[in-house]
Amino acid sequence: MTSPTIDGTAETANVLRMRGVSKTFGAVAALKNVDLDVNRGEVLALVGDNGAGKSTLIKILSGVFPSDSGTIYIDGKERAITSPADARSAGIATVYQDLALCDNLTVVNNLFLGQEISPANLDETAMEVKSWELLKQLSAKIPSVQVAIASLSGGQRQTVAIARSLLGEPSLILLDEPTAALGVAQTAEVLNLIERLRDNGLAVIMITHNMVDVRAVSDRIAVLRLGQNHGFFLTKDVSNSDLVASITGATDNEVTRRESRVHQDQEG
Amino acid sequence: MSNDALHLESSNLDRQDERLDSRSGINGMIAGGIKSVKDGELGVLPVIVGLIIIAVIFQSLNSVFLSPANISNLLMQSSAVGVIALGIVCVLLVGEIDLSVGSVSGLSAAIFAVFLVNLGMPTILGIVAAIAAGAIIGLIYSFIYNRFGVPSFVITLAGLLVIFGLQILVLKPAGTINIPFESPLVQFGQLLFVPQLVSYLICAALAGGYFVSRFMRSQKRKKNNLSHRSLKSIALSAILIFILIAGITAYVNQGRGIGWMFVTFLGLVLIVNHLLMRTSWGRSVYAVGGNEEAARRTGINVKRVYLSVFVACSTLAAIGGLFAAGRLASAAQSSGAADTNLTAIAAAVIGGTSLFGGRGSAFSALLGVIVITAISNGLILLNLESDVRYMVTGAVLLIAVTLDAVSRRARTAHGRA
Repeated sequence: MTSPTIDGTAETANVLRMRGVSKTFGAVAALKNVDLDVNRGEVLALVGDNGAGKSTLIKILSGVFPSDSGTIYIDGKERAITSPADARSAGIATVYQDLALCDNLTVVNNLFLGQEISPANLDETAMEVKSWELLKQLSAKIPSVQVAIASLSGGQRQTVAIARSLLGEPSLILLDEPTAALGVAQTAEVLNLIERLRDNGLAVIMITHNMVDVRAVSDRIAVLRLGQNHGFFLTKDVSNSDLVASITGATDNEVTRRESRVHQDQEG
Repeated sequence: MSNDALHLESSNLDRQDERLDSRSGINGMIAGGIKSVKDGELGVLPVIVGLIIIAVIFQSLNSVFLSPANISNLLMQSSAVGVIALGIVCVLLVGEIDLSVGSVSGLSAAIFAVFLVNLGMPTILGIVAAIAAGAIIGLIYSFIYNRFGVPSFVITLAGLLVIFGLQILVLKPAGTINIPFESPLVQFGQLLFVPQLVSYLICAALAGGYFVSRFMRSQKRKKNNLSHRSLKSIALSAILIFILIAGITAYVNQGRGIGWMFVTFLGLVLIVNHLLMRTSWGRSVYAVGGNEEAARRTGINVKRVYLSVFVACSTLAAIGGLFAAGRLASAAQSSGAADTNLTAIAAAVIGGTSLFGGRGSAFSALLGVIVITAISNGLILLNLESDVRYMVTGAVLLIAVTLDAVSRRARTAHGRA
């Protein structure tokens, strides 16, 4: 395997390659000429401040709305993604921040929603067996797959959402703030899960505001700022202050100012 | 100790987590049932309690109420509104409503009568035209709903007036068209009763069908190392079901027996139940009712789901209108008017379908309509006319909806959806 490059372009096995993707909402350019590459078996952390365009990028990839311009290559082939169904057939699975689960349906029903086995006379046994296989594969702890989602904890729901994204055997998984609503132990569980996805050879894009999570599981970091690319980093090489500088767009920023102030307070 | 029992049983793939409540057997079923009710999972309990209260009150006031002849009559009476309520269940499941089902049923009866009597067309053509009219109305509703996003209660409230106007127009100039007694639809609505032998065969087929489907599912689950019901418990359930329905049938057979119209209604309930519970269409209906956005993101064509339920609802309303026309042997301007809308909606809600979407079943139409019809039948037997009937039906509807809202709150508090 070739050693990873910072922007990922030298890799032959690009699962996703985006070139010059732009999206405008009215007068606001949410994304301007964004490039992004992700490789097999790699976790890419997509970071940036509020309004940097992370969610817009994820929504374009998952088919919520189309981009205005630019091209998206999946496994080297150009794909037009205009609907969630397009995204799914291109091998892109998305785990939304709000998880998009139906509280009134059971775990099995949620896992197979929209892709049931034998639609005219549901094969519930096969779906239940497959659900257990999937959850075992993720070493997930769900007490029963026949309970309604409403009775599960936040981490368990996140697990179900991730398990569902794996059903279509995708090559790329998009995770939108997977740990935002979780406690310490549940966060660790989900991070383990993400590592398992990577070890299974999937490409993962993770949006997060949490620098600890970025350090914990990502291989590379792509920074967006005001809708544009603002740097790529290898996680093992970049310091926190460089990363924050890139996200905020200045070496003199709120974070450094606060740090120096706290420093002075301690000295004084 | 119960812990040992738990480990003995825990070889099944789906029973390995120690947090699982591992009650089993008949005692376990009863204990689990009590807990469900406390958690706001009322199921059919309100209906059964309601039916017992109704039976006790009306029987003590008028001994005709529980007579075989009256029960037979009651079942026939309930069929038309029951079919309409079945359609209401479908729209309620996606969290929408159709307030015009009464008018649709009236228009359907009017179209049939005009085709048959005024135009001299064959019965089958009249039936097809009436049902097609229902389907087209559903198409129009779903088009307006999907295209413009107008709330369904407004669309169907407007539809109620438009369709009622159409009904009056179709019935001009007479205002009432009598359907000849020889018409197959009238025979179906008034005279066709299931022969005794056949009625027991139907009961046996229902219980047998239940047994076979459950047993096959249990075998399949066993083969896949999932927890499954024992042969004994399935057989016991099937026998209880047979005793219950064959007992009712035997009782009713002492009167005029069970009408084919009611059997047809029952058949429709079973078909809709299969569609809702065992097809991916049914799953998408529940999903849209539970979380529309989530359903859309899983790739379900949400607009098509709305289209299908609106069409199903007004089509079933049209079929219900034909049932009513057959029973009354006429189509009038008053057909499907007044309380038909609210009776059908009340039936669905009383039977346990939530007004908030995502919860309910086809059987709620059956159970609910029997409760509602029993009440109005009992009041008629007491010579109480429509004034009291309206007030009682209104009160019962309000109680059912309140129960729905309260149990929904309890479910949220206990982590059930």
